[in-house]
Amino acid sequence: MTRLLATLMLVTLTLPAQAEPVSGYAFLDDSTREMQDDDFSNPGMVAVDRGAELFHELRDSEVHSCSSCHGENGEGMDIKAIARYPVFNANLGGLVTLQERVNYCWEINLDRFPLTPGSSELIALETYVRHLAKGETVNVQTDGDMAPLLARGEALYNTRFGQLDMSCGHCHVQHQGQMLRGQRLSQGQANGFPEYRLGRGRITSLQQRLTECFVSFRAEPFEEGSPEYDLLELYIMSRANGLEIETPAVRF
Amino acid sequence: MRGRSVRSLLWLGLYAACASALADASAQQAYCEWQSADFAIASPLCGLDGDPARGRALAADSHGGNCLACHPMPIDEEPFHGTIGPPLQGIGARYSAAQIRLRIVDEKQLNPMTIMPGFYRDPALANRIAGEFWGKTFLSAQQVEDLVAYLVTLK
Ligand code: HEC
Ligand code: HEC
Repeated sequence: MTRLLATLMLVTLTLPAQAEPVSGYAFLDDSTREMQDDDFSNPGMVAVDRGAELFHELRDSEVHSCSSCHGENGEGMDIKAIARYPVFNANLGGLVTLQERVNYCWEINLDRFPLTPGSSELIALETYVRHLAKGETVNVQTDGDMAPLLARGEALYNTRFGQLDMSCGHCHVQHQGQMLRGQRLSQGQANGFPEYRLGRGRITSLQQRLTECFVSFRAEPFEEGSPEYDLLELYIMSRANGLEIETPAVRF
Repeated sequence: MRGRSVRSLLWLGLYAACASALADASAQQAYCEWQSADFAIASPLCGLDGDPARGRALAADSHGGNCLACHPMPIDEEPFHGTIGPPLQGIGARYSAAQIRLRIVDEKQLNPMTIMPGFYRDPALANRIAGEFWGKTFLSAQQVEDLVAYLVTLK
C-alpha cells in the first residue's frame, strides 16, 4: 500500500518543467539593486580593481603580464568567448571553468606557480575577466561533447545530500519564489558570479556559494575545483543561458 | 539595513551547528528503531513523553527544529515564517498524534519527493552527511515527542 501510494505520488509530483531563467537580481530589494548598478557603490568593484592589478602585474624579470597578450584593458579578449564558460576543450583535458582557464595562463604562459582554486587572487582575476563581459548573454554549450557532462551535472543537482537530505533542485526549482524563513528562494542562477555577498562581507565565487548551500543542509561539501563542483558549475551556468552577465552582482 | 541584518542572523543561524541548550538536550541518546503502519507511528519514540511548551520553542528555534523556516505557524511573536510547506494551524484537528509523528520522523514515507527533512530518519540512510553530524538524527527522540505534543494542540 505504501509502495502504491509512493508510486502514485512520484507520477503526479514530477518536477515542474524548467521555467524561464530569472536572475537573482529580480529577487533583490531596490537598495541592493542600486548598489549593484552603480560602480562607485558596488563593493564587488574592489575585486575587479584587484583583478586589474594582477592582470597588469609584472614580477621581477618577467616580460609578460596577462595584459601583454590580452590588451591593456583586456580589449584583446573575446567577450563572447568569456560568456561561453565553462567550456569543453579537449587540449586542456575536457571541461574547463573560467578559473581553470585563468590559472592555465598563469602557469603556462606566465610561467608562475599555479594559484589555488578559490584563492583570492584567482577569484579577483576571474571577477575582472568576467566583468569585461558584463551585459553579454550567458551562452554555455549544451550539445556535442558537453551533453554527457551536463547530464552528470544535472544528476548531481538533483541528488539529495546531507543530514537534511535535500537537493539543489528542491530549493531552486521546486520551491523557487517561496520564503525560507526570512529569505526568498531564487532560481540559484550563476550569471552574477563572482558576486559580492553583503551577509558575508566578501566577494564569493560560484563554488564557494555551493559550499555555503551544502553546509546549510549539513552535507559534506566538495572541494573547490573538484570534478563534482566543476560539473555542478557547468550545469548551473547552463541554466543561466540567456541571462545577462552581471559580474560583480551584489547579493545578500 | 536593520531588516537585512535580522535576515542575516536568521540565515546564518539556519541549521548552523550550534551549542544551543535546546538542540543539545538529550541529543546524545542512542537511535531508537520505530515502525510505521497505516501512515502513522503509533508508539512514542523510545517510549518518551512530550512537552508541548518545549515543542513550541523548538519549532521556532533556528538551531532546533526550525519548522518555521518552511511552515507558517501560529507563533505570532516570530517575524519570519517560511512558505515552503503548508500552514500547520489546525494540524491537530486533521491528524492524530501517531500520524503527526510519522510526518516529523520521515515525511518521505508519504511523499518520496518532498523537501521536508526526515527529523528522525535512520542516519545511515543519509548521503554525504557532514562529519560533525555523522550517525546523528536531526532531532532527538525527545525533541520529536515534544513537537508531536505541541502540534496535537493546534486544533
Ligand atoms: C535549504 C534550501 C537550499 C538548498 C537545498 C540549496 N540552496 Fe542554494 N540558496 C539557498 C538560499 C536561501 C540562497 C540565497 C537566496 C537565493 O538566491 O535563493 C541560495 C543561493 C544560491 C545561489 C546564488 C544565487 C544568486 O543569485 O546569487 C546559487 C548559485 C545556489 N544557491 C546554488 C545551489 C546549489 C548548486 C545547491 C545544491 C548543492 C543549492 N543551492 C541548494 C537555499 C538553498
Ligand atoms: C525545508 C522545508 C521544511 C521544514 C524545515 C519542515 N517542513 Fe514540514 N513540510 C514541508 C513540506 C513541503 C510539506 C508538504 C508535504 C510534503 O511535501 O510531503 C510538509 C508537511 C508537514 C506536515 C504534514 C502537513 C499536512 O497538512 O499534511 C507536518 C505535520 C509537518 N510538515 C511538520 C513539520 C515540523 C514539526 C517541522 C519541524 C520539526 C517541519 N515540518 C519542518 C517542508 C518542511
